[in-house]
Amino acid sequence: MILYIMCFFLFLVGVYGTITKRDLIKIILGIGIMGYSVNLFLVLLAYRTGALAPILKKGFNVTMVDPIPQAMVLTSIVIELGITALMAALAIRIYQKYDTFDITKIRRLQG
Amino acid sequence: MQNNFPNEGMSVIVKTITRFTVWLIFLYGLYIVIHGHLSPGGGFAGGVIIALSYVHLTLAYGKNFVLARVDKFAMHNLEALAGILIVLTGIIGLYVTGHFLANFMGIGELYTLISAGYIPMLNIFICVKVGMGLYLVFYYLASFKTQEG
Amino acid sequence: MPVDVWLYFILGFMIVGSIACLEIKNILSSIITIGVVGLGLSLAFLFLGAPDLALVQFVFEILCMIILIRAFAKRSIEVRALRRDVPETIIAIVILASIFVLSIFAFKDLPSFGKPIVRVAERYLTQAGVETGSQNIVTSVILNYRIYDTLGEVTVLFTAILGALTVLRKTGRKKRHAE
Repeated sequence: MILYIMCFFLFLVGVYGTITKRDLIKIILGIGIMGYSVNLFLVLLAYRTGALAPILKKGFNVTMVDPIPQAMVLTSIVIELGITALMAALAIRIYQKYDTFDITKIRRLQG
Repeated sequence: MQNNFPNEGMSVIVKTITRFTVWLIFLYGLYIVIHGHLSPGGGFAGGVIIALSYVHLTLAYGKNFVLARVDKFAMHNLEALAGILIVLTGIIGLYVTGHFLANFMGIGELYTLISAGYIPMLNIFICVKVGMGLYLVFYYLASFKTQEG
Repeated sequence: MPVDVWLYFILGFMIVGSIACLEIKNILSSIITIGVVGLGLSLAFLFLGAPDLALVQFVFEILCMIILIRAFAKRSIEVRALRRDVPETIIAIVILASIFVLSIFAFKDLPSFGKPIVRVAERYLTQAGVETGSQNIVTSVILNYRIYDTLGEVTVLFTAILGALTVLRKTGRKKRHAE
């Protein structure tokens, strides 16, 4: 049970980074940390003590871990990269326009 | 083939080593894609490894060298074509069996390379799509200049 | 050592690394630190019996670090003297600590680590070799039993990449006529 609690603590570190920091880059890194903790939590739920990885081998009949959360986490890891690339592209455009990464100075609506 | 941009990129040692390691990385990525149904890996991991081999080449030689040899629009078209082929596979499955994206190819015997229906084919489509897309993101990022003045 | 002890070490290392990542002032150092946290996660996946995921997480983490370093490392050379707002930070920490203490009661109801109670997996583990013909069960789940989700995932990745490419395009500026 302590593993689940530590995983939730990692998620709360990510939330702290997202809501407290004034730097745009630290906000992006905080969202990344939240993604890591959620993926780890899903794979922690699927583990069975003493079981092996879910790959068949000829002539062996062993207990294996749960394969369904692993398929979901594979999808989640791939989408996290797309999200990070999109956020980095938007941050570069914001820097080009306002010349700073500080979010308290990016308040003027133009146009 | 001669190098028309000899002053870009990194030093001579890095360029010499890159000529060997690019092919090894590409071969490893291709191995992981094709054996996706026999050992851990699959289309996503292999696609990213192939994209990383292109990134390795771009970092060592400069982006003009790579662009003179690989057409940018060919990469866009290849990525879109792979996406269309996935949906086309689903429609063929609908036509043959009555369910969208059903496994319509014959299931071979277990533990061999040619087996598991359409899984190796879909691995290759996904590899092409993911690999080309992610390399294009890196390429556009590398050629983005803030306008001075 | 049993798997539990390894996972305590790795999770402790990840927590310390992520707190360090958010507090370091230099941008290049914080991006490298989050790369290290991602590689620690890949190691944790290996201990939990998921080699597929370890490979995918490792490779995607390297590409993510390359993209972030290329985007941000040159644009923050100036000395950043962003002072933090102390009352806001203290209020945020107090609220998050109270959420953490209250959540311990919720985690008591989960099944203990290593004894899952899900029964759907038994059907997939015993029938996957016969029905699909593939040796890797995770691949047969994402490409045979759940292929519609994979199609949705490929679409979302394609849309995100398309959005990033549209934002990074060189937009031409209209020439200002001298009037």
